[in-house]
Amino acid sequence: MDNAKCECGHVNPHGTVFCEACGKALYNKEEKLLDMRYEGKKRRSEKYNRTIIDKIWNFFSSVKVGVTLIVLALIASAIGTILPQEGNINIQSDPGEYYRETYGWFGELYYLLGFHNLYGSWWYMLLIAFIGVSLVVCSLDRAVPLYKALKNQKISRTVIFLNRQRFYNKTAIEKINEQDIEKIKERLQQRKYRISEENGNILAEKGRFSRWGPYVNHIGLIIFLIGVMLRFIPGFYVNEFLWIKEDETAAVPGTSQEYYIKNHRFIIDVYDETDGEVYKKALEEKGAIVKNYQTNVTLYKADKKLPGEKPELKKVGDYEIKVNHPLKFDRFALYQSSYELNQFSKMTFALTDKKTGESLGNITIDLDDPRETYEVKDDYTVEIVRYFPDFEMADGEPRTKSMNPVNPAFVFKMITPDKPEGEISFTAIQQTVEPFGENEYKMEFQSLETVSASGITVRKDLSLPIIALGGIIFLAGLVQGSFWFHRRIWLKPEEDYLHIAGHTNKNWYGFQREIEKIVHGTNIPMPDDQAKK
Amino acid sequence: MRKKRRLAIRTVILSVLVLSIASVLFLNGKTDERETAAVGQEAPDFVLQDLRGNEYRLSDYRGKGVFLNFWGTWCEPCKTEMPYMEKQYRKYKDQGVEILAVNVGETDLAIEKFAKQYQLSFPIVVDKSGEVQKAYGIYPLPATFLIDPEGKIVDYIEQPMTEEMIGDFMERIKPE
Repeated sequence: MDNAKCECGHVNPHGTVFCEACGKALYNKEEKLLDMRYEGKKRRSEKYNRTIIDKIWNFFSSVKVGVTLIVLALIASAIGTILPQEGNINIQSDPGEYYRETYGWFGELYYLLGFHNLYGSWWYMLLIAFIGVSLVVCSLDRAVPLYKALKNQKISRTVIFLNRQRFYNKTAIEKINEQDIEKIKERLQQRKYRISEENGNILAEKGRFSRWGPYVNHIGLIIFLIGVMLRFIPGFYVNEFLWIKEDETAAVPGTSQEYYIKNHRFIIDVYDETDGEVYKKALEEKGAIVKNYQTNVTLYKADKKLPGEKPELKKVGDYEIKVNHPLKFDRFALYQSSYELNQFSKMTFALTDKKTGESLGNITIDLDDPRETYEVKDDYTVEIVRYFPDFEMADGEPRTKSMNPVNPAFVFKMITPDKPEGEISFTAIQQTVEPFGENEYKMEFQSLETVSASGITVRKDLSLPIIALGGIIFLAGLVQGSFWFHRRIWLKPEEDYLHIAGHTNKNWYGFQREIEKIVHGTNIPMPDDQAKK
Repeated sequence: MRKKRRLAIRTVILSVLVLSIASVLFLNGKTDERETAAVGQEAPDFVLQDLRGNEYRLSDYRGKGVFLNFWGTWCEPCKTEMPYMEKQYRKYKDQGVEILAVNVGETDLAIEKFAKQYQLSFPIVVDKSGEVQKAYGIYPLPATFLIDPEGKIVDYIEQPMTEEMIGDFMERIKPE
């Protein structure tokens, strides 16, 4: 790569916008003003482009590439919200089939391209990772030259440099006296400018630290991304779901069977008259309004054991899990997040003489653990020949769809003194079939006991503090770059003239007002805004 | 010199970034696949009880091949397979291959009726808590693991099996 030689004789590194020595523009020479971005230094990446490493580096150094990556990630994230994510729906069958059946060809495509599990799909993660790489490379490529340029900046600049600044003016040197210079220095100091002098040239500068805002902001983002990455390290992040019925004890998923909970009771409270007059109108209009969802649980700790082995449970304590009031233990948090009422638990039937309608006694069947025989009274027994917890008819045969008692059906054998060999009756909800002819007895449905099930979300997130730190640094960078301004004022006495020029990275109007106050009452002229002409 | 240093710094930065991205992608990919109980791995040990309360521990079967089958009474292919398994069990029992049939947690009644109906003589254990299914990453049914006498998983079969297939599987895990 060639270096650029300025008319003044100084050799600048390739890509420099204006001469490091004299300030003459090397590109866009017809432009009136200098491009002050990155102090005229060209981005490092554009200087060298030889090896494959340089080429990769340069690719990621481009803001265009960075913006494209961000836009792609945004589009992908937006598409990811069109259909529900796999993790947010309860799919019993194959997820691919589920998407095809529920959403048609679009669902199938959605699944094939990995949108059903967007945040875990390799290409989405790669996209985010590329944004991270782009952030690092872009920042380094710009921050390092900028830092060097600002650190080594000259105090005495050439006239060529000064009169191509946006704020510039000059006046005959005879008009200026010592007091003017002293006054202006004093005022600059009052306004927190740092003043450096060299042979009568003055450089007043403040708020340079504002220039680091974007880079601090990027560091925050990178820490944020590192936090997100940590979630993939086992043990850092747990997000599981547990359905637990009342009276059931179950291992808390994600804890490797170290913790168990027992669901004692699920409670829904609604507002009623006792809550006071204020609710009266709302209750009349809306009916029942829920006040509280709650699961009363006992937490247990278990010793290490093999899968399937009966756990040795040690009680930790009794707790109430309410919405927004999770149960927290050992960095885990259990949230009340769903519920299901009226799950079948027990059914009661009466063995009834069909002719007289006389009941000979009840049997109560635990749908989760039915027995084979039930004694009704002396000489009267009922046997369960077949049990279908989730009954359906398929090809003329009764069968069960699953092991959950959602639609229980039974084949009973009723053994009575009149029928010692037993009568067979098929009994489902609101349906009785007597396959071997008319029976003398029947099983009459009496009552149904139900239980509620609680849906508990299990969360553990050790990456949160890191993500929060990243967020705070991100905001600090934003504040740093937005509420402080990097302002510079140059004064240059020459044989005939005194030159004054100013540069700021933003808020030119405010800068102008400030200079007005600084030069007020002196013979030093107010710089003109050359961009306006 | 400066160019060399710059190239070195860039190489280091880029490789750190690439390495961390690769490890994240790798960890993420692992959660997609079978985390545990992959072919070639040691079969996760477990303890389960049959309907009579007898305990069965997988590691007690070292030295024998184990045909580990997960099933449910509502699963249609399981119904087809069970008689084949029973036949092959009788044939290979004396040759050092055992069948362990893990029910996925149904009621005792359903299991008992089923075992009687199909006259099953191999041990049937019940995974009520679902922990063993989780350890083996079972989904969907039927699912069969072939475990060799050293306790290694030789194969994982997710599809319905014919009687010949079961016979071949038994041969594969038969002790020398």
